[in-house]
Amino acid sequence: MSAGQDGERIGVYVCHCGSNIAGKVDVAAVRDWAAERLGSHGVVLARDNKFMCSSTGQELIEQDIRELGLTRVVVAACSPHMHEKTFRAACARAGLNPYLCELVSIREQVSWVHSDQAAATAKAKAVVAGGVYRVAEHAPLEPIRVAINPTTLVVGGGIAGITTALELADAGFPVHLVEREPSIGGHMAQFDKTFPTLDCAACILTPKMNEVGTHPNITLHTWSEVTNVSGYVGSFQVTIRHRARYVNADLCTGCGICQEKCVERVVDEAYEAGLGYRKGIYMPFPQAIPKVPVLDREHCVYFEKGTCKACEKFCPTGAIDFTQEDDEVTVEVGNIVVATGFRLFDPRRVEPYGYGRLPNVFTSLEFERMSNAAGPTGGRIVLRDGVTEPRAVGIVHCVGSRDRNYNEYCSAICCMQSLKFAHLVREHTDADVYEFYIDIRAPGKAFDEFYQRVLEEGTVFVRGRVAEVTDALRFPDEAEHDGRLIVQVEDTLAGVQRRVPVDMVVLSAALEPPKDAYDVARRFGLSCSSEGWVIERHPKLDPVATMTEGIFAAGCALGPRDIPSSVANGAAASARILGRIYQGEMLLEPVRATVDEARCSGCKVCNDLCPYNAITFRADAGVSAVSPALCQGCGTCIAACPAGAMTGTGFSDDQVMAQIEGLLSASLAAPPAPVEVPTPEAVPA
Amino acid sequence: MSDQTRAAAADGSRFEPVILGFTCNWCSYRAADLAGTARIGYPPNIRLVRLMCSGRLDPTFVLAAFARGADGVVVSGCWPGECHYQVQNLRMLGRFLLLRRTIARLGIEPARLQLVWASAAEGQRFAREIARITEEVRALGPLGWSAATDGAAGDLAGVLEAAAGAEAADGAAPALPAEPVDGADPASPAEPVEVAR
Repeated sequence: MSAGQDGERIGVYVCHCGSNIAGKVDVAAVRDWAAERLGSHGVVLARDNKFMCSSTGQELIEQDIRELGLTRVVVAACSPHMHEKTFRAACARAGLNPYLCELVSIREQVSWVHSDQAAATAKAKAVVAGGVYRVAEHAPLEPIRVAINPTTLVVGGGIAGITTALELADAGFPVHLVEREPSIGGHMAQFDKTFPTLDCAACILTPKMNEVGTHPNITLHTWSEVTNVSGYVGSFQVTIRHRARYVNADLCTGCGICQEKCVERVVDEAYEAGLGYRKGIYMPFPQAIPKVPVLDREHCVYFEKGTCKACEKFCPTGAIDFTQEDDEVTVEVGNIVVATGFRLFDPRRVEPYGYGRLPNVFTSLEFERMSNAAGPTGGRIVLRDGVTEPRAVGIVHCVGSRDRNYNEYCSAICCMQSLKFAHLVREHTDADVYEFYIDIRAPGKAFDEFYQRVLEEGTVFVRGRVAEVTDALRFPDEAEHDGRLIVQVEDTLAGVQRRVPVDMVVLSAALEPPKDAYDVARRFGLSCSSEGWVIERHPKLDPVATMTEGIFAAGCALGPRDIPSSVANGAAASARILGRIYQGEMLLEPVRATVDEARCSGCKVCNDLCPYNAITFRADAGVSAVSPALCQGCGTCIAACPAGAMTGTGFSDDQVMAQIEGLLSASLAAPPAPVEVPTPEAVPA
Repeated sequence: MSDQTRAAAADGSRFEPVILGFTCNWCSYRAADLAGTARIGYPPNIRLVRLMCSGRLDPTFVLAAFARGADGVVVSGCWPGECHYQVQNLRMLGRFLLLRRTIARLGIEPARLQLVWASAAEGQRFAREIARITEEVRALGPLGWSAATDGAAGDLAGVLEAAAGAEAADGAAPALPAEPVDGADPASPAEPVEVAR
């Protein structure tokens, strides 16, 4: 296993990174040590440079490869997550296979975390040795090339999904947009106004929905769900299940007569958030896209009792079809965007706030529907009896978020949404408004200005987490508030307990991942956090890509966010996909598992370990096989293979073992005894 | 406490253990990166090997590390439920627990093999855990396994080689030494492993 036997010529480059590394690591000592002590492992030269990543540093490597015939390169500098690509590219320019270069970190993992110069230098030597031993085991690799199908699947028809679909379709590429509900629009379609500009949500959303509905490049699948995903980046096969609408979409004109004639009235838990009713056959709202109703067979007199068919009788085009059944289609796509949004935290879980028990406690979504001119109350803000205007309204922030009992995260939109509610209450009624908040978080564009505006309008802000909302009067002077609600809160600014009488309480409930977030994640092969939000490839630098190649995420599927962020996500995801479509093919990192068929006993241990279904058993040959495009390179199967038949490029047993040997060799070579005393001025030039 | 530690303590210098850390590419190595970027210091005794996933941890990596002179081994991955390969860190957990029992049988204190969950955002936690583990391994003293196994017939390095080279087809389990390796402390009972956050 020892290096150098095959006549490898390894170059070692130690970076100063200005004083970032050189301030703690004796770079010259590491360089000299590598040249002297690692010569037997193939090191033919060791150099140092102020900034290896600079053009001079890179040219140094290129020159040495060309002139001195280096066959392997080890750069000791920053984390591979920082500059691995940089140095691989430098090698490639000089004609050396980029995978014969190894970047080892002596900055993040050494100079930035260790204060003792001698110890840091000793560790840097070990790290360099690890790299040298490892790189000797590297093999030239070629990136995997896959063709990109220009069609894209967008899952979720909220504002994030709509934006993604339109961007891609406008660029001239086909899109399949799948939405679980009868209409696209998502939560934004439920809102009246949007913060902080108070734009009418419908006015800005419905034109986009129409565009989606009529776009020649968009195939809309509403009342549908993705049931299966197979394949890999560039060529996914996606099965979409269309639930039976019992309405022939080709014949339906969307006139709405069926809805009018239907005798079944159902509380609309979805679009109206439980505040209004719909019919058994219905379009969730007048601007729905597509303009084709859905017959809810759970609430249909015909399906319940075998007779009625009022809708069918009155339909002028004969579009009602009780014989329809669910059907499935399979589409081929190159990339997928998951924009599955959020669901509202159920505030019944916070029992002291009384939601579900005290009629005049509302959720934020109920309030959105109430304040909407097209909503169940026609935009009037009234108590649950439907007539009485409140004299005072309390708005409670952070219900189910920033709370260890439920969700620790901040739901991002609640502060601004609550400020909007305060403004709307004062616009529609004469009521006093109380905001019960922990902190006001108003970091977006024009957000704080809106906060100031609401303050000036006379809304009362009480800083403190609400303990209880109750209709029980506790003190004699509360008698006049009989029948109202009391909000018990510790005013943390004044340092007093307050009992604030109000008529209506609005709970700004947390945003949570959809109930089936984990199933969705499994179906698409995504990673999600313990809460259920999709994990992005990098939280800062790659915020819409996921760990699975070819699958992106946008909007609240990634975590709570507002409309502008969701739109930005959607546009970003489509830009990433367009780049790939224009390239026609993409290169994948060749970190993959492979099976040595001669050693494979066909035990199938690996088959069930792969979360990407990349390993299949070939019954004809009696061995397992890995699909390189499906494999994500985690290496779990390699570690599990009892026969050692599974190997992995980039992280083979030999490479890891060599690195272990290298990392430990330095300490064995030199006795651990007295370490050199660092001299304070010993920073190399 | 071994003789070497005692000797080290006598002349006033501390025993500096060598600890090998296996990290995954996505969470724990990035936690180490973050500890660096945020300049959160920890003892220099640890040396990291980056794997793509903690699920890649071949048990022989750990045994090889001990055999080649490591006094302690840290395995670090994403938190359960947050693995970038979905559940592969849990596959590692199964192997880890088995390995801890195995090394106890081989005469290595289980505390020399430790598990750290760390998300990419937990540089602080990573540094703190490495510091804690370093002190624990320091207290245990040198393992001295590489010295004990060098050159001896039927030694552990030999066992490892045999295990690595064994064909699965023949199904024969590699022979293990009947007695604990000389110089190693008797196996202490496996400690419970903390897995919940």
